[in-house]
Amino acid sequence: MSDAPPRTPTDWSGELMQRRIARRYRAERRFRLLGLAAIALSAAFLIFLLGSMLTRGLGGFTETRIALPIDLKAAKLAVDPAHLKGRGADLALTGAGLEDAVDTAANAAWPAQGGSALLADGAWLRVREAVKADPTLLNGRATFDLPAATAIDIAYKGKGAAEDEATVAALGAQLSRGFNRDFLTGADSTDPTRVGIWGALKGSLMTMFVTIALAFPIGVLAALYLEEYAPHNRWTDLIEVSINNLAAVPSIIFGLLGLAVFLGTFGLPRSAAIVGGLTLALMTMPVIVIAGRNAIRAVPPSIRDAALGVGASPVQVVFHHVLPLALPGILTGTIIGVARALGETAPLLMIGMRAFIAAPPEKLTDPATVLPVQVFLWSDEVNRGFVEKTSAAIVVLLVLLLAMNGLAIYLRNKFETRW
Amino acid sequence: MRDNKPPKMTAGHVNVFYGDNQAISDVSIDIPQDEVTAFIGPSGCGKSTFLRTLNRMNDTVASARVTGEIRLDGADIYAREMDVVQLRARVGMVFQKPNPFPKTIYENVAYGPRIHGLAKGRAGLDRIVEESLVRAGLWNEVKDRLGDSGTALSGGQQQRLCIARAIAVDPEVILMDEPCSALDPVATARIEELIHELRGRYSIVIVTHNMQQAARVSQKTAFFHLGQLIEYGDTSDIFTNPREERTKDYITGRYG
Amino acid sequence: MATGQEHTVKAFDQDIGQLRGLIGQMGGLAEQAITDAMTALQRGDLDLARRVREGDKALDALEVEVERDAVRIIALRAPMANDLREVVAALKIANVVERIGDYAKNIAKRIPMIEAGTRIEPISTLPAMARMASGMVHDVLNAFAARDAEGALAVCARDDALDDFYDSIFRTLVTYMVENPRTISQVAHLLFVAKNLERIGDHATNVAEMVYFAATGTRLSDREKVNN
Repeated sequence: MSDAPPRTPTDWSGELMQRRIARRYRAERRFRLLGLAAIALSAAFLIFLLGSMLTRGLGGFTETRIALPIDLKAAKLAVDPAHLKGRGADLALTGAGLEDAVDTAANAAWPAQGGSALLADGAWLRVREAVKADPTLLNGRATFDLPAATAIDIAYKGKGAAEDEATVAALGAQLSRGFNRDFLTGADSTDPTRVGIWGALKGSLMTMFVTIALAFPIGVLAALYLEEYAPHNRWTDLIEVSINNLAAVPSIIFGLLGLAVFLGTFGLPRSAAIVGGLTLALMTMPVIVIAGRNAIRAVPPSIRDAALGVGASPVQVVFHHVLPLALPGILTGTIIGVARALGETAPLLMIGMRAFIAAPPEKLTDPATVLPVQVFLWSDEVNRGFVEKTSAAIVVLLVLLLAMNGLAIYLRNKFETRW
Repeated sequence: MRDNKPPKMTAGHVNVFYGDNQAISDVSIDIPQDEVTAFIGPSGCGKSTFLRTLNRMNDTVASARVTGEIRLDGADIYAREMDVVQLRARVGMVFQKPNPFPKTIYENVAYGPRIHGLAKGRAGLDRIVEESLVRAGLWNEVKDRLGDSGTALSGGQQQRLCIARAIAVDPEVILMDEPCSALDPVATARIEELIHELRGRYSIVIVTHNMQQAARVSQKTAFFHLGQLIEYGDTSDIFTNPREERTKDYITGRYG
Repeated sequence: MATGQEHTVKAFDQDIGQLRGLIGQMGGLAEQAITDAMTALQRGDLDLARRVREGDKALDALEVEVERDAVRIIALRAPMANDLREVVAALKIANVVERIGDYAKNIAKRIPMIEAGTRIEPISTLPAMARMASGMVHDVLNAFAARDAEGALAVCARDDALDDFYDSIFRTLVTYMVENPRTISQVAHLLFVAKNLERIGDHATNVAEMVYFAATGTRLSDREKVNN
């Protein structure tokens, strides 16, 4: 029993207490409202970003088409139907003067509005594809929906010059809107109606492949070594500090590094996917090491003890127990790092991935470009047709990023084991 | 039951340091074969630390240093030639908080025999798993759900799974570090009964802060205090007529 | 390490203290019963004798209480080592002291058989023997209270003297009976009184052995008992 005088019983229902309670409730409510406001603000920004991108970019996925009747029979193309199968078909049709035939038909159809100038440069290629698919077209008349020239395209979407608007009005029902498949399958071009994203997309994917192939194993092994094997002394502390700092270094510096080392010292081909991949791997590795170390540290020591107690060697403990449990965290960190690398522009500009690449790259050493750089290049273009293409490319980039994050979440949920 | 078997493990003048801190001072003790030895003592007296020297688990702590001699069947376990991994298969360990691997029940028990190459083919592994689970008193409860996760079992079942896992590599000594601390009285009683059944096959060392448990399960008891071995003897002697004043004070509850 | 004679759980000390107190009480009652019985014998005080007989009930009740408390302590406190030996000893000692009380009651029961008027000389020797016996009881229970093994040993030693005393009284009484055949039936009671006193001494020795075991954890070997 203590000797202190008994405390006076607290008056929980008195006025002082009531005021305290009211104050506390107000503070809680304030905090909740602040939180909601923060979320609302973030959501608003996100919606604004997505909304503006989508509204501007969705147009880029469509193309304006004009219906053109062509009498292929009358054109008397010197083409042997047997050649229309197989690889020689393209050459055969080109050589037969299909392009001229299309131009002639266009000039005949719209003499007042400019004839073949109304069609996009590559409009005749559509005819070629159609004939390849169905050689019987050569024997008669047919109407083809061909892509319109840029000016008409812009005017049809409502932003064109006055005379183009007039032309659009004149053409009336011959114009239609359709899904622009070329955008997704074509590469860069000077003509905005023919421009496609596939070249940059493939370049991005190849670069990402190189990045992951290099950064993931090196990063994971480095994380494993630092956490499981390395002694804790000043040297390892120094390494840890260095890696943390590397993760915060501005990406353009990696670009300079890439320029000096990969292009300068090693003499690798400029603008190649492999150089981009190497540079981005340097940038992503510290992120993977940090995420990996955190994930490995989160594995409870009781699991390690249990494995050691049964007589597992340190290597077995790491690969049979620690790594599987740390994998969700490592994967999430990797994908987040790679997604960040996906959106990098500055370092890749420095190593020269800014050239005009007309064809999608085939090998890792082929010149390539990546999506963000493509966006940057298109935004610089003068031709107004590129405006919506730029936004469309951004939409593609966002979709890719979303897909990667979705993959990260899926993988994390799949591999998550509860202990 | 006083067989004249030589002691399974002997410790001679063992000291353990964590950095500059001395955790164990000059402990010499014999662990008898096929009997249960209990280590008792107040918190922080070093009984767990000493237990962990017996299978070199202290090696995982960077600052730990062990001097003195510890022998298993006469062979010094800290000698260079002794393979730590094999030692830990021969001297198994069960921990305070049940820690089954986050794998299936079958995998938990099969892991040890697999990495040591103790089983010939799937059939051999199945046999070892069944035998271990039977000996651990868990077979009847899990035989229809070997594919379930080990962590889905109750606390007592998980601890018995950990014991099965330790038994699966056919150890000679089983070290138990407060195995029942986290369990309810019914689960505790089952584990104690299990220890009693395991006694004739394995030498068991159990660390416990529950004196009644030490009195119930062990044949020999060692009392540790402040890193020293104060008294070691037959359990019934220690608890009815201890020789040392400090032992008496501890077991009668006169310890400050 | 702060050790001492006290348990960390104070209630444990209180329980043990209460048990010892009961034993002490029983001892006091037993000694008083022996003394009163002898006084009643010498004076032929039938009233006192009756009170001694009735007082035995209190002793019986105390024994029941000791038994109950000891069982409770064993169940609830799980005593170990010297605590355990002490509780078991208290249980046995209560039983023995209760029997000592029964002997005193038995002496008191015989008093009405011995007519107050008659002058039997050997009666005067009995009080000395009774003092010796009750002294042994007193000392051995003190040894229990003090957890004094040496003291218990000393009590064992006195049993021989008491036995010798009994032998000499026996011879005296038999001689008296032979010389005064009219007093045989009364003197026979005195023989029983003397026997009871000798038995009291034996019981005190038993208690001494229990005290010794409780204090040291070892049993008194026969050699030690005899040599001392």
